[in-house]
Amino acid sequence: MGVVTMLITLGRTQSLNSSWREGQWRRLVSAALLFGLVVTPATVMGDESGAQAAGQARLANLVVQDCGSCHGLTLRGGLGPPLRPEDLGDLSVEAIAAIIREGVPDTAMPPWKPLLSPKEIHWISQQLKSGALVSP
Amino acid sequence: MDPALKRSAHLILALLIAISLSGCQAFPGAAMSEKEPRPEIMGTGDLGLIVERASGSVLVINTSRHEVLGRIEGLGDLSHASVVYSRDARYGYVFGRDGGLTKVDLLTRTVVDRIIQSGNSIGGAISQDGRYVAVSNYEPGGVKVFDSQTLELVADVPANYTSGQSESEQSKTVGLVDAPGNLFVFSLFDAGEIWTLDMSGASLAITRFEAGKSPYDALITPDGRFYIAGLFGEDGLSMLDLWNPGQGVTEILPDYGKGEQKLPVYKMPHLEGWAIADGQAFVPAVGHHQVLVADTSDWSLTDRIPVQGQPVFVMASPDNRQIWVSFAHPDNDVVQVIDSQTLEIIRTLEPGDAVLHMEFTPRGEEVWVSARDSNRVTVYNTRTLEPVATLSAEKPSGIFFTSRAHVLGL
Repeated sequence: MGVVTMLITLGRTQSLNSSWREGQWRRLVSAALLFGLVVTPATVMGDESGAQAAGQARLANLVVQDCGSCHGLTLRGGLGPPLRPEDLGDLSVEAIAAIIREGVPDTAMPPWKPLLSPKEIHWISQQLKSGALVSP
Repeated sequence: MDPALKRSAHLILALLIAISLSGCQAFPGAAMSEKEPRPEIMGTGDLGLIVERASGSVLVINTSRHEVLGRIEGLGDLSHASVVYSRDARYGYVFGRDGGLTKVDLLTRTVVDRIIQSGNSIGGAISQDGRYVAVSNYEPGGVKVFDSQTLELVADVPANYTSGQSESEQSKTVGLVDAPGNLFVFSLFDAGEIWTLDMSGASLAITRFEAGKSPYDALITPDGRFYIAGLFGEDGLSMLDLWNPGQGVTEILPDYGKGEQKLPVYKMPHLEGWAIADGQAFVPAVGHHQVLVADTSDWSLTDRIPVQGQPVFVMASPDNRQIWVSFAHPDNDVVQVIDSQTLEIIRTLEPGDAVLHMEFTPRGEEVWVSARDSNRVTVYNTRTLEPVATLSAEKPSGIFFTSRAHVLGL
């Protein structure tokens, strides 16, 4: 993961500057410092909480990116309806979980139970209800 | 520069080079021009844009050099973003999800103009004569047409229809393409209709056609004759023959999944690009892990090729010898290549996590494939089917080369 982060930073610096000049060295040093900051927490994190955090990060990415392909990256809707807290109205976390689990017949919303555990679906429903995954 | 800082910088640079060398794969046979300095004056014929969907930016790339030339930022929500090009292939029009229409200059790598033209949109098209750019909108549903030079509004076409309770509503529009005669053609997702918008006269003319249930996307054949909409609400596709519009919309490949249990679809297929080879058309089935093959003389179903997931993109290489297929979540870490003559899968490639799009170079010697969750674009040689280069990109999605400037329907 660290390597990927670094390559992006490096690629960006190169692509935006055709030659290495004075200022670039400073930028490089700060990029390397940032690299260190990004890597360190991951290496000191405990196994259990690390796995949980990784699982939640994966689910958050799924909601924003994959659910986002129909509901929008900002969950403001697309071919599917918007899913921001103000759009979910009176739907309870359990009701949201049921929709995710079973899908909505005769629409493009598929059932997610073949791919996600009840626990994962519940976590996603909570995040949708609270708006935790909504970007501004 | 402070010598101590310079020394540490040298050290870090050495470290970075070591890291990047270990992370990068060196491929033999990469374009020879890669190491040559970039020319002062450039054409745009081998340039393109890669959408970075999460960061609201696009990369300007060069396909001969396998190189990122720069990044243009500030384009808003680019989920499901797409691009069309001005006929001089210098400017790209980027259609964002948030209703943003951004005109970018590939040479200066800057935003030339940007408007928010609706609350929620899904792509667009440029007219045959290059004068108009049209955007397909979800909210409010309809199509808006803009002057391609100034981005001033030329026409606002609400997709009005009468819903079940005889209320007038505006439908989401999808599958917007350009067609000969300076037409725009699009489908109404909620209304199940296909409309043509004639921009050739002093005033625009709209013609409405009844189509199948829930058209989700559409394409137009390379000659601009057949407009075909995929249907989510039923097995089959709606086809409009633009040479004979008086005949109305006909249904093709009806009941292709009859008697079979439909599988859940975790991402809608895309019909952009037309896979047609040897008199056969290749289209993604919906709810079945199959690529459908139809005889283009009578549009009858001739074959069904089992693939490893719900197909999203089914694209023919420019020489029509290969059909490249990408897939919906959760089987979206592979791409399958089908031989268009034998209809057999000749290779299953693994370009990375969440493969979203593929784009062939104009003459088809290479194809660029984006892998969103691997933050990577991989370039494959279409003859050897081996990777020849990789480029870093942030959550890359759509890849659009400037050769589209001169292709009908793109």
